[in-house]
Amino acid sequence: MDARNSWGSYPDAQGRFGQFGGRFVAETLMPNILALQQAYEDAKADPTFQANLDVFLRDYVGRPSPLYFAERLSQHFGGAKIYFKRDELNHTGAHKINNCMGQIFLAMRMGKIRIIAETGAGQHGVATATVCARFGLPCVVYMGATDVERQSPNVFRMKLLGAEVRPVDAGTATLKDAMNEALRDWVTHVKDTFYIIGTVAGPHPYPQMVRDFQSVIGRETKEQILEREGRLPDALVACIGGGSNAIGLFHPFLEDEAVKLYGVEAAGHGIETGQHAAALTGGRPGVLHGNRTYLLQNDDGQIIDAHSISAGLDYPGVGPEHAFLKDTGRAIYLSATDDEALDAFQLCARLEGILPALEPSHALARIGEIAKDVGRGGIVVMNICGRGDKDIFTIANALGAKV
Amino acid sequence: MPVARLTNAFARAKAENRAALVAYVMAGDPSLESCAAILDGLPGAGVDVIELGFPFTDPMADGPSIQRAGIRALKKGTTLRKTLALAQAFRVKHPKTALILMGYLNPVETFGYQEFSKEAALAGVDGAIIVDAPPEEDGELRAAMAEQDLALIRLVTPTSDAKRLATLLKGVTGFIYYVSVAGITGDKLIETADIAQAVGQVRLASPLPVAIGFGIKTPEAAANTAKIADGVVVGSALVDVIATAYETGQNGAQAGASFCQSLSRAIMDARLEPIV
Repeated sequence: MDARNSWGSYPDAQGRFGQFGGRFVAETLMPNILALQQAYEDAKADPTFQANLDVFLRDYVGRPSPLYFAERLSQHFGGAKIYFKRDELNHTGAHKINNCMGQIFLAMRMGKIRIIAETGAGQHGVATATVCARFGLPCVVYMGATDVERQSPNVFRMKLLGAEVRPVDAGTATLKDAMNEALRDWVTHVKDTFYIIGTVAGPHPYPQMVRDFQSVIGRETKEQILEREGRLPDALVACIGGGSNAIGLFHPFLEDEAVKLYGVEAAGHGIETGQHAAALTGGRPGVLHGNRTYLLQNDDGQIIDAHSISAGLDYPGVGPEHAFLKDTGRAIYLSATDDEALDAFQLCARLEGILPALEPSHALARIGEIAKDVGRGGIVVMNICGRGDKDIFTIANALGAKV
Repeated sequence: MPVARLTNAFARAKAENRAALVAYVMAGDPSLESCAAILDGLPGAGVDVIELGFPFTDPMADGPSIQRAGIRALKKGTTLRKTLALAQAFRVKHPKTALILMGYLNPVETFGYQEFSKEAALAGVDGAIIVDAPPEEDGELRAAMAEQDLALIRLVTPTSDAKRLATLLKGVTGFIYYVSVAGITGDKLIETADIAQAVGQVRLASPLPVAIGFGIKTPEAAANTAKIADGVVVGSALVDVIATAYETGQNGAQAGASFCQSLSRAIMDARLEPIV
């Protein structure tokens, strides 16, 4: 089968996107994973499920998020028109809640009475704690001890929302270790617990399910740009950690082959230094956290610590569908360093009056080149997947300012 | 020979009316040299099957004891290749004791399934348990290992229902590993009566020996398990005994061997007492 004509048909029944994806978990979890897959398929086929979800996405999350013409930034670069999809305006300040809302509806449908999640920057943890508070379910969030320290405002937000935040000291005490610990919790509480994974990684059906819940970003974008410009954009741009906001933006456009897709990974101190989080650019395929994908790893298959100024991108893997889109050439993956992201952040703040999170600042760092490449008369849409309020202390520190 | 060595280990124990003792040791913990000495002491202490762990940075099904052992091993530069060298050195001295590897898939993927199977067979390894390769994902590796007559052991768990059990038992060789906790390694053991019932289901479905593990920490627990199982697996507890010995300046190899000796005695005596 030619992948090019059937992008929407992935993953296959085994959860594979080509060679990527799959279900690489301990046997104890397999019955749960299979039950989850069944429950998700049932929910998708039930129109009331989507209808209930849509009401909450509208009234609680604040969807649709606006599509905004970034006029001054467009003028600054002198190329294509740049639009921002404003997912940072969602309740809780990022795209993460789109997925959490979908998964908590599924958890309730499955009769689960306890929610667990992992978080890096804390945005997914906050979004999970938020939906748990709204629907009255107990919530445990695993967070690397290093991240607990550098994202303390989000830790406090989660606590205010009634969640229990469990710092994880194991390994490097960052997102990947939080995910290990959440998986261990799940293995130990398989019967009553629902694990809300925050990105398009993990065992099947998570990469598909999270993508579907995040695809609301791309569906809205398509409708909005057609209304505004009467045509599809020439290019879409998004940052990539695990890749959930990017796949959410890209997926409804996969079969529109004329639309170029650009993902921007975190190059940290620079790909050549080895201190980065660019799994697609600087890694190779392997198996971690339930799926086969591109990973930062050494010659023995040991996972290497990622580095990025942005805690949300600080992960040594990437969603398997991105690995597939890279290998098939459907999407192009670039990277931006810590410094480039900081510069782009400041530029956006001054020209557009928007403080983007450090994550989408990486995408912003490449948008000038992409806009010039597309050229005048063209259209580029970038997703601002989170707002930068959470990052002001990190940014102040990096810029040598005192807050 | 490799699968046969496993089968023989269980058959010998059965002929002596006892369960086989399966002992888990992390390769390279606390160092490759010390680990070689630890392994050397196990056959004499009554260990029938050795599970030699190879470390992984992200052991998502392991509790704190084996997580820490893995970190110590990685700090000493332990790799899958060095683990195989350790196995080979052991095999030269101990032709009868069965030895299987236990770990996660990514180091094996990196090695290459074919290459790994060939090298493992050359090193005298008899099989492997790959924790994150369920039946849905282990076909290619299973085929590569079968070509070298290596067993790829599957885990049966308290969450495995009848339908799942059928999937798990398909194509399996060597022995069946029943995980006695719905949790991670070293977790609290579930009720013996529940285990007995579950193991009964496995026996109905397969003629292979059934070993029980995850959560057996003492000679008493080993004895209780030995009454219903063909094999008793002790992992985290042994790892802890060895680690504690090294931390307190004692001989870890000796400590490991004497702990295994106490387990093997308890297992030996278990079936002499009436079942309670």
